Amino acid sequence: MSAHSAAPPAASAERAPSALAAGPLARIAEGTLAMAQAELRKLRHDHLDIVTRSVQPLLWLFVFGSAVGSAHLIKTGGVEYRAYIAPGVLAQAAMFIAIFFGLAVIWERDVGQLQRLLATPLSRSSIVLGKAAGACVRALVQALLLLIVLAIAGIDVRWSVPGVIGMLALLMLGTAAFACMSMLLAAAVRERERFMGIGQLIMMPLFFASSALYPLSSMEPWLKALAHVNPLTYEVEGLRQLLVGVGGGVVWLDFLVVGAFFVVMLAAATRAYPKAIL
Amino acid sequence: MSASPPADNVPFAPGDPIAAHSGPATASADPTAPDPAVLVDDLVVRFDRLTAVGGISFAVAPGEVFGLLGPNGAGKTTTIRVLTTLLAPTAGRALVAGHDVRSESLAVRASIGYIPQAISVDGALTAYENLDFYGRVTGVPRRERRERIAEVIETMELAHMLDRLARTLSGGMLRRLEIASALLNRPRVLFLDEPTVGLDPNARAMVWERLAALREQSGTTILVTTHLMEEAERNCERLGVIDRGRLIEQGEPSELIERHGVETLEDVFRRITGRPLGDADGDGEGPAERTDDEEGRLSDVRAQRRTARRLG
Repeated sequence: MSAHSAAPPAASAERAPSALAAGPLARIAEGTLAMAQAELRKLRHDHLDIVTRSVQPLLWLFVFGSAVGSAHLIKTGGVEYRAYIAPGVLAQAAMFIAIFFGLAVIWERDVGQLQRLLATPLSRSSIVLGKAAGACVRALVQALLLLIVLAIAGIDVRWSVPGVIGMLALLMLGTAAFACMSMLLAAAVRERERFMGIGQLIMMPLFFASSALYPLSSMEPWLKALAHVNPLTYEVEGLRQLLVGVGGGVVWLDFLVVGAFFVVMLAAATRAYPKAIL
Repeated sequence: MSASPPADNVPFAPGDPIAAHSGPATASADPTAPDPAVLVDDLVVRFDRLTAVGGISFAVAPGEVFGLLGPNGAGKTTTIRVLTTLLAPTAGRALVAGHDVRSESLAVRASIGYIPQAISVDGALTAYENLDFYGRVTGVPRRERRERIAEVIETMELAHMLDRLARTLSGGMLRRLEIASALLNRPRVLFLDEPTVGLDPNARAMVWERLAALREQSGTTILVTTHLMEEAERNCERLGVIDRGRLIEQGEPSELIERHGVETLEDVFRRITGRPLGDADGDGEGPAERTDDEEGRLSDVRAQRRTARRLG
């Protein structure tokens, strides 16, 4: 090596470390991209992971969707029931990845990776953003796979480039928000076994108290009230409007609510997660 | 403990009573002495009612290999966590590479390399991908990244394992990969927490050999914690012996042995504490009198076992 260059001679304390030469925003961007790329590389080494994770949404779509759709029990605004629930299934699958990302974070704490990251010049928000970006990468790959399945199966969705791009953008925003929520949960729970139970406890009520499987108009008043404060409802409504063309919501409002949820979760996770999990 | 003559380049002279007892640190007597790479001054860390570190002071000179030696739960990991900014001290002061860990934590983190006790590289990435990842998150400029990765690959002799997933590497290879990834940002101080836990004797020797070469070639300051007396004696230039959150002795290994008129560091520990190192946790003291961080001790043991399992 020039291993002489591996460390400079002891310099004065006044000299700023060269690792800080880039500005704070550039460091946040670099750290976030590095973590997202690491997730992509992990997926490349383990293709089966994303395939096995896709089984559950496919069951919802083709088993549950076909059975309920053929009974014509739910008003879907004139579209096939499988197409109607496709956005909800996509959102649920992405939320599943995001919420259980907290488990990976607890594992990283247990094996020392998190401590190592926290001792780098990355800012706390950059670490949380990077982790959320990692969840988004996985969710994006899974969503693309599911979209391909929808196309092959001939499910009647409205294919348009702006619609698909907007749908994927909203899905990523929601995934990032739920990933931050998951990190907040990981900070509070700290143990993998307990996290599993609480994760399930949170995820299924969020799913059923949303418009993922049935329209808001068919809900009991108490459930509808819950659905109106559930960010997943806004995510699903936006996805449905963009992908299927029904839902009656206002897409920009859906983006706004999911975006606000993301900002709040990011701020809370940045504050609570890195220190609390040590 | 008796004092010994101050070293030329160490503001806190080895064996200086202030370094091994509670109380404020003082400036170097030698104005020409370089600033210490690490300066710990009356550091206290408390978790609720438990005192994990009870007011320790020591200094590490630039380019020195300094070992914190003590049993599990003695406060070594807690000290290193403060120095790497993972944990805020309750009281006292600590400077790393001239930066205060409390008020200049970002500058500290940009100046150090840190290898925790547990294996911290990502097993799902290849060795090269791990190096690339740590190069990016430690702020290595893009235009220099490839060159620096090539340098550490050569230094740590990793060329033959770059395309292998980290989870398939042996324990010794993993540690070398970790050390390599911690050198990418050219740290002024490298912290290693129990770097040889779980390794076989050959791998241990290899790790220490690489660390010695690194120090020889680049002058990197190395602060290492260990509970293995033999390794500490053989590989560290100076030692701080820590027990129950207090620095009970420090100096060169041979100096400590000579000072206490015994044959080994194990005997030094026994002479000072009245019990052997292996019995350090079981002296029958009541909980109220214990100063150790009980939770930290348990997590230390868990971490060691987990690391040993992962290293096979």
